[in-house]
Amino acid sequence: MPSKLLDKYFRMDKLPHIWCPGCGHGIIMKAIVDAIDKMGLEKDKVCIVSGIGCSSRAPGYMDFNTLHTTHGRALAFATGIKMANPELHVIVVTGDGDSAAIGGNHLIHASRRNIDITTIIFNNNIYGMTGGQYSPTTPTGEKGTTAPYGNIDKDFDLCKLSKAAGATYVGRATAYHAKMIKDLTIKGIQNKGFSIIESLSVCPTYYGRKNKKGDSPDMMKTLKNNTVNIKAVDKLDKNKLENKIIIGELYSSKEDEYTESYQKIIDSMQEGR
Amino acid sequence: MNNKAKLMQGNEACVEGALAAGMQFYAGYPITPSTEIAEISALKLPKIGGKFIQMEDEISSMAAIIGASLAGKKSMTATSGPGFSLKQENIGYAAITEVPCVIVNVQRGGPSTGLPTSPSQGDVMQARWGTHGDHPVIALTPASVKETFDLTVKAFNYAEKYRTPVMLILDEVIGHLREKVETPNKDEAEIIDRVKPTCDPKDYNPYEVEDGDIVPRMASFGDGYRYHVTGLVHDKTGFPSNDSTIAENLVNRLMNKIGDNIDDISNFEEYVLDDADIAIIAYGSTARSAKSAIQSAREQGIKVGLFRPVTIWPFLDKQIRHLTNKIKKVIVVEMNLGQYVLEVERVANKDCEVFRYGRVNGRLITPDEILEKIKGDVLCLANC
Ligand SMILES: Cc1ncc(C[n+]2csc(CCOP(=O)(O)OP(=O)(O)O)c2C)c(N)n1
Ligand code: SF4
Repeated sequence: MPSKLLDKYFRMDKLPHIWCPGCGHGIIMKAIVDAIDKMGLEKDKVCIVSGIGCSSRAPGYMDFNTLHTTHGRALAFATGIKMANPELHVIVVTGDGDSAAIGGNHLIHASRRNIDITTIIFNNNIYGMTGGQYSPTTPTGEKGTTAPYGNIDKDFDLCKLSKAAGATYVGRATAYHAKMIKDLTIKGIQNKGFSIIESLSVCPTYYGRKNKKGDSPDMMKTLKNNTVNIKAVDKLDKNKLENKIIIGELYSSKEDEYTESYQKIIDSMQEGR
Repeated sequence: MNNKAKLMQGNEACVEGALAAGMQFYAGYPITPSTEIAEISALKLPKIGGKFIQMEDEISSMAAIIGASLAGKKSMTATSGPGFSLKQENIGYAAITEVPCVIVNVQRGGPSTGLPTSPSQGDVMQARWGTHGDHPVIALTPASVKETFDLTVKAFNYAEKYRTPVMLILDEVIGHLREKVETPNKDEAEIIDRVKPTCDPKDYNPYEVEDGDIVPRMASFGDGYRYHVTGLVHDKTGFPSNDSTIAENLVNRLMNKIGDNIDDISNFEEYVLDDADIAIIAYGSTARSAKSAIQSAREQGIKVGLFRPVTIWPFLDKQIRHLTNKIKKVIVVEMNLGQYVLEVERVANKDCEVFRYGRVNGRLITPDEILEKIKGDVLCLANC
């Protein structure tokens, strides 16, 4: 019943979206909405926050409380929203440049606080909106308009980064594995703490063209072939894992959540009166 | 009336004023000489059910207070020079999205890390033009601890009434000065809250001004009015638009909501100007030195008065024009190398001579220095 979902959760008058044909971002956006629908969250209690980039345009199409902020700062805005109204389900959608370059510091600190925000990173390994410059997740050796001779930077593993910084739910999926994005997003929202779902996307217009990765279906096939579900890792030969990207639920733990800890301080003040 | 009289510091009075105005959320990053504002907020907010967070930097602090304000909580942040620079990006965001918030800047010597513990008034122009693009600004500057309290309340009220970021610009002297302050009882201070929509959510246009209103009505996230907020130019529905008419109308509306209400926003003090031949224009702690200089000058038979801008932005065009129509010599005294004076020169009557006196050595400008300047340059009593 895709059209029902469209009517219920999307701002139909704002569609069609601005994304290029074959862009992976729409699939990820749809998977997030699927997760919200499956959970039956009240639309008025969902707040979606983004930064700047192609990916960050998603909230405009989604019929919730939506905030399109400044480049890289979505998590900082979201932190204020969640502190002010912990009842809201706060979801951040962000690009790899948005979250890992200009917003990298906010990603680390939101993870560290374990504040109850679910972050979906649309990782297309490139700066799409500005026309194909290399990003912190562009693999070493690949090209961007600002890396005409190949990128010499090392690329970030955003899942490892967030986990090390303190995120309590970490998952990775791809636009090819849309159902997995949905399932991980549900778990992420359910987690009382900071959750991050890295969703590998495709940008055929810039990353694909610059690096001769073929068209969108070719790039989607690559996502399929280059990934291994974490559940299968133990059963596979070591050499079969080489250069593969592990997807699935990568980490989950229970820690004190930030706004709950703060509420305890408030409550203790009230008792002391 | 059992108003509480208490000896307090300017920075403390700022927090007390914020709490009186209804502050529920503070986000900040420590920086001298503003840090006490964060510390006292951290102490006091949870006691009233409010919240404090120390963010990772000033960029995120500014973002967090905008987020909290959108979720319905009156919010403030405080900083000094280097942090004020970092806040500029999201100050512009608050301006275009019309999110009420208060930004305190306890000025210190610059540029860069400059003179961390020394007073300065070097951020006057940054307060006006620090963020890019044409945008409205309200900035207030107190000259005493009591006035810091009152202006913090006012800053919140203006923020709520005009849906705009409001700056409270202190200098280090006022921030750290201790004076006795009588804080009003709860019901005595006039408190203004943003106007919320009452229409059916289906009919809500978050950026449309209803007849008789000054600004669009503001729903909080979670209230049942699902709407979109963006820093892109947007139409009345809140969604981005590239239409040149919409762009022009939006920026003009943002400017006009301040410009059309300038009398409500214009605060100033006039001191012994009636018979004055010379007017000193000074604000913040410099105005205190000026008053003292005026007393000495008058003892010596020199008729000097003071015009003290309390609202530094929007600029007090009307008042300065009026002043310079009447008085033929004015001297602008400020702890910078000439910022406010540029605006005075812009609007002053052409027959009025505008003098400048500015210092950037990290020291307060003393009454003696001001008097000397008046006797020398302005009156040519020395060897001009
Ligand atoms: C402060 C600031 N710097 C730079 C830009 C320009 N800019 C806009 S989007 C973008 C990169 C977006 O890349 P990413 O987050 O990966 O999202 P994508 O477009 O690939 O989905 C940049 C650099 C900006 N808007 N603001
Ligand atoms: S430029 Fe790339 S990321 Fe942006 S919409 Fe086009 S395909 Fe998607």
